[in-house]
Amino acid sequence: MQLTDKELEIVEILEKDSRTSNEDLAAMTSLTVSETEEVLKKLEDQKIIVRYTSIVDWSKISGHEGVTAMIDVKVTPKRGVGFDEIAKRIYRFKEVKSVYLMSGAYDLSVIIEGQSMNEVARFVSQKLSTLDSVISTTTHFILKKYKHDGTIFEPDEEDKRIVVSP
Amino acid sequence: MKTKKGYLSRTVNELKPSGIRRFFDLASGMEGVVSLGVGEPDFVTPWTVREAAILSLEEGYTSYTANAGLLELREEIATYLTKNFNVTYNPKSEIIVTVGASQAIDIALRSILDPDDEVLVVEPCFVSYSPLVSLAGGTPIPVQAEADGFKISPDKLRAAITPKTKAIMICSPNNPTGTMLNRKELEEIAAIAKESDLLVISDEIYAELVYDESYTSMAAIEGMKDRTILISGFSKGFAMTGWRLGFVCAPEELSQAMLKVHQYAMMCAPTMAQYAGLEALKNGNDEVDEMRKSYRRRRNYMVSSFNELGLECHSPGGAFYVFPSIKSTGLTSDQFAEQLLIEEKVAVVPGNVFGESGEGYVRCSYAASIEQLQEAIKRIRRFLKNHQK
Ligand SMILES: Cc1ncc(COP(=O)(O)O)c(C=O)c1O
Repeated sequence: MQLTDKELEIVEILEKDSRTSNEDLAAMTSLTVSETEEVLKKLEDQKIIVRYTSIVDWSKISGHEGVTAMIDVKVTPKRGVGFDEIAKRIYRFKEVKSVYLMSGAYDLSVIIEGQSMNEVARFVSQKLSTLDSVISTTTHFILKKYKHDGTIFEPDEEDKRIVVSP
Repeated sequence: MKTKKGYLSRTVNELKPSGIRRFFDLASGMEGVVSLGVGEPDFVTPWTVREAAILSLEEGYTSYTANAGLLELREEIATYLTKNFNVTYNPKSEIIVTVGASQAIDIALRSILDPDDEVLVVEPCFVSYSPLVSLAGGTPIPVQAEADGFKISPDKLRAAITPKTKAIMICSPNNPTGTMLNRKELEEIAAIAKESDLLVISDEIYAELVYDESYTSMAAIEGMKDRTILISGFSKGFAMTGWRLGFVCAPEELSQAMLKVHQYAMMCAPTMAQYAGLEALKNGNDEVDEMRKSYRRRRNYMVSSFNELGLECHSPGGAFYVFPSIKSTGLTSDQFAEQLLIEEKVAVVPGNVFGESGEGYVRCSYAASIEQLQEAIKRIRRFLKNHQK
């Protein structure tokens, strides 16, 4: 779907900061507030903006640190439905945060979040690898998140400029 | 210690300290200042550029380069100018890499001025122009831009020309007004330069940062390459102020003259910065696009906010400044800036430091995060309320 420059601009602003107010969006794009609201409605209706979420650094919240694993999954695609059916069987589990179809050495990349390594291990061995079309899984645990979806978790935000300059 | 005669040069003695300095001193000691007074990008230099400079150090590129700069960099500059601005310079003889646009302006003026030669300086403008003309032995003749949008009136320019006039200095997009001159306006200035046989020193350092129309370089105007000294650099567009890297382009005769001054006074621009500049031109464009988009949004936000506050503000075509009028407050630029700083801790620069016609305006840089701009606007709103007549 083709977007106008201003619609694209709004998508880009919200992708960086979904809490930007409609008034500020309007000012930044030189639209009126009601025009901005119309654009937002359109973007939401078309599922171009799918959801407004926050990036949370769970590692800072005691008792909620959790673990994330990326799992390479090899599967046998099914006649007629290809990878879509098995992908659906996997992404419906609530533990599963992302599922991507990949080129290369394996087929699906599955990201799982759980409370503990044990919990993830249990999910992989009991749910994932027992699915009919799954041939093999390789699990990688994430040790530390430095940057996630374009956001650096501990950015150096100090302004090093002098306060007034020509 | 003082000698009987006094040891300072008369020219230097007579230079006024920049009005910006006072505000710097005032703001520096304060806590919690939201600064709209900064004349440089709020972005850090793109990582790919910083990384290339680190690599150049690791590999030991720590010696002088050719006086005019690394040939590879000059070639890249030539390609960049052709591609983006449709102007052609020979990298071997018409481009000099300098220590910022600042030094480019300096060697340009020193190469063309004899004592008492006059240079028309269109104000409001960057604070260095007139002092650099004086230091080069010339006489700066200020010509005031028109308050309505800060464009240049051809009639005023014509009226200021004397037999001693050697050059016109322009800057588009402009610091402090953000005003960009379009092709037609450049053509009018070009016509004057041709009829009175003048050079044009065109400071195009903000050419990357334009938001509405595409950019036209003075050197791209028909017949103007021969009488234009094009000044530019990496500071603003590529967020590289601290690297001190700029360049100057001019026809061979002028370039070779400037190269003499450059060779004796500077030798060459910093080598590490030159390697960084090379990377910026080769691989920095995507980040420049991102920065430009971000500036455009903030410009729109600032223009709309100031107009809503009742401080009339034209929408500037480029750079990262807005220049709202504060005349409705009944305060002078200096009073407005000083009281705003003391009462609300928002730093802006009074317009009069950029020339007489800047009185009644303040320069607000939007090279700050949107959160800071929002906070600044909030404080200015409160300030205006407290100062309602
Ligand atoms: C109009 C103008 N010209 C030149 C310069 C100096 O730039 P550089 O950092 O390349 O010396 C500035 C910096 O503020 C400027 O605003």
